[in-house]
Amino acid sequence: MKLFRFRGGIHPEGHKLATTAKPIAVMPMPKYLYVPLQQHIGAPAESEVKIGDQVAKGQLLAHSQGMVSAPVHAPTSGIVNNISEMTAPHPSGLSVRMITLETNSEDQWLNSITSTDPLRLTAEEVAAHVGAAGIVGMGGATFPSAVKLKLSLRHKIKQLIINGGECEPYLTCDDRLMQERSDQVVDGVRIILRAVQAEKALIAIENNKPEAIAAMQKSCGHYADITVVSVPARYPMGSEKHLIQTVTGLEVPAGGLGADIGVLVHNVGTAYAIHQAIRHGRPLVSRVVTVGGGAIQEPQNVEVPIGASLRDVIEFCGGLKETPARLLMGGPMMGQVMPSMQVPVVKGTSGIIALSEQEVSHQAATPCIRCGSCVDACPCGLLPLTMAAHIRSNKLEGAVDFGLIDCVACGCCSYVCPAHIPLVQYFNYAKGELAARQQRKHKTEETRKLAELRQQRIAKEKEAKRLAAEKRRTEKAKRETATQHDDD
Amino acid sequence: MMLAAIFCLTVLGLSLGYILGYAARVFKVETSALVSEIEVMLPGSQCGQCGYPGCTPAATALANGEAPVTVCPPGGKILAEELAAKLGVSVDLSDMEDGPPMVAKVFEAHCTGCTRCFKVCPTYAIVGGPKQIHVVIRDACTGCKSCVQVCPTECLQMHPIEVTLKTWKWQKPELILALS
Repeated sequence: MKLFRFRGGIHPEGHKLATTAKPIAVMPMPKYLYVPLQQHIGAPAESEVKIGDQVAKGQLLAHSQGMVSAPVHAPTSGIVNNISEMTAPHPSGLSVRMITLETNSEDQWLNSITSTDPLRLTAEEVAAHVGAAGIVGMGGATFPSAVKLKLSLRHKIKQLIINGGECEPYLTCDDRLMQERSDQVVDGVRIILRAVQAEKALIAIENNKPEAIAAMQKSCGHYADITVVSVPARYPMGSEKHLIQTVTGLEVPAGGLGADIGVLVHNVGTAYAIHQAIRHGRPLVSRVVTVGGGAIQEPQNVEVPIGASLRDVIEFCGGLKETPARLLMGGPMMGQVMPSMQVPVVKGTSGIIALSEQEVSHQAATPCIRCGSCVDACPCGLLPLTMAAHIRSNKLEGAVDFGLIDCVACGCCSYVCPAHIPLVQYFNYAKGELAARQQRKHKTEETRKLAELRQQRIAKEKEAKRLAAEKRRTEKAKRETATQHDDD
Repeated sequence: MMLAAIFCLTVLGLSLGYILGYAARVFKVETSALVSEIEVMLPGSQCGQCGYPGCTPAATALANGEAPVTVCPPGGKILAEELAAKLGVSVDLSDMEDGPPMVAKVFEAHCTGCTRCFKVCPTYAIVGGPKQIHVVIRDACTGCKSCVQVCPTECLQMHPIEVTLKTWKWQKPELILALS
């Protein structure tokens, strides 16, 4: 199959060997699970249970609310111990509402769970099942999958691409999933194909995962409409836009979606979760997580119940060799720094990476020499040095003119910069600042409307008062003339 | 030869002059358009913190260049930047004091339900009834402090808007250049 090349990109050191050959371990249930009510993009889920409630595995803990949202299910059986605000798995260290579950050792599934035959379901019904199972994008974006499926039906998708790129260093969870559970992943792909009524599916896997490619090819053998494609290993191959460009040669328009050019991308982990939801009726309550980095005693892939604290997961992997210089959720390129070991694993957690002192760069930034390395590396065709210079001097609009909104925050520019300038950090700051300004502007518009309403009301009241006073005066005058007539 | 040059330049000058004069009349920009454009950018709460009686007089003063772009306290640094861009003036805002955006909050233990605050609130951001504890709707409050000034028990105070996971953003990276 003919492949296309996207511009830029980098080849970071893989660090995948430590975990790629080890089978997925299943973690024993920890004593407590901390299940956040918001693990997805969109509105938080609304709690359905009270403190002290007995719940079974797979029972609904919180229902979704709003158009873009996802429900949350009990990862195991146990008692609801607390519902409170606790530190979120987010670099800010702010809190999010969480259900603390005291687990029992039974791990008892809900009785009412039944499997369904996807071939008997309509496309809408598949999307509804996926939505009810609380499935979100497992690659890390955590966008509710059902919403994506429904949107795709409207957009007329020609081609489905399954993202097995996994271009981030250290991470091998998708790799292991494809090696060990390829049949289930392929079944998930078939269900998605049916749900979006696309003609064919391509499973794109980076060529640094030969075992995964072989396993997936074997499982796809019977199906003519599913093809496994080996794509070159280059970061950020796993980025939706760049994967689309590599296999189709089409570029997603600026500010647009893959659906605009008839392509839908889902992660292999999502396909697996969809298989579990439809074939076995099991909601999303666990996921495969890569535990890696130089500070981890025994790096490996672990199937972790949602809500297990990072501390419990790391302890299962033999604990820490040393105090990590940086604790990340996700990969080292786009992952987020975690505020503590107490935060839980969520649906979008692809990796827990504890980097040792040697693996972290502490080099101070030096002035930009305009070498253009970042321009060569940028996979979106932007000018990181110019955008950063604008942001540095507080000219955010200037950065937007140079395409800030098209930046996918892959971090290639920061990776290659010989002057160690925190380029992608500037862009993340600027995007947040622009969003805040947008919100503020929106608020100003709304409050102006309120102020205008009030002005109108005051004017109306004044007018009413004036009219009443006038009426009184004329009546008084009338009465006076009447009495005068009487006097006469 | 010289006459031809004089003639050419005269004709050119006159015709261009007429075109410019005509254009100035036909495409004349009303200054009030600028005033109304600026007025749209201001919060519109008529709070009077700028020293002008309301947002329209402030916008007029801004358009005439009588008021600095930093005139509006509730608008803060962001509005000052937008105004500077709109009016084409360069201004150094790095010194401008700009704390986090503030909103009013009722300290409920001290609220007597006197109703004075919601009568002055320009955006209907305070709800309550006589002898009932009042509450500020955070999303409707512009931070104009009108209510703080009339509260007899000082139970209305300005507080910075609480940061949530949704509104949290990365700080600007501090660049410590390693210059040898």
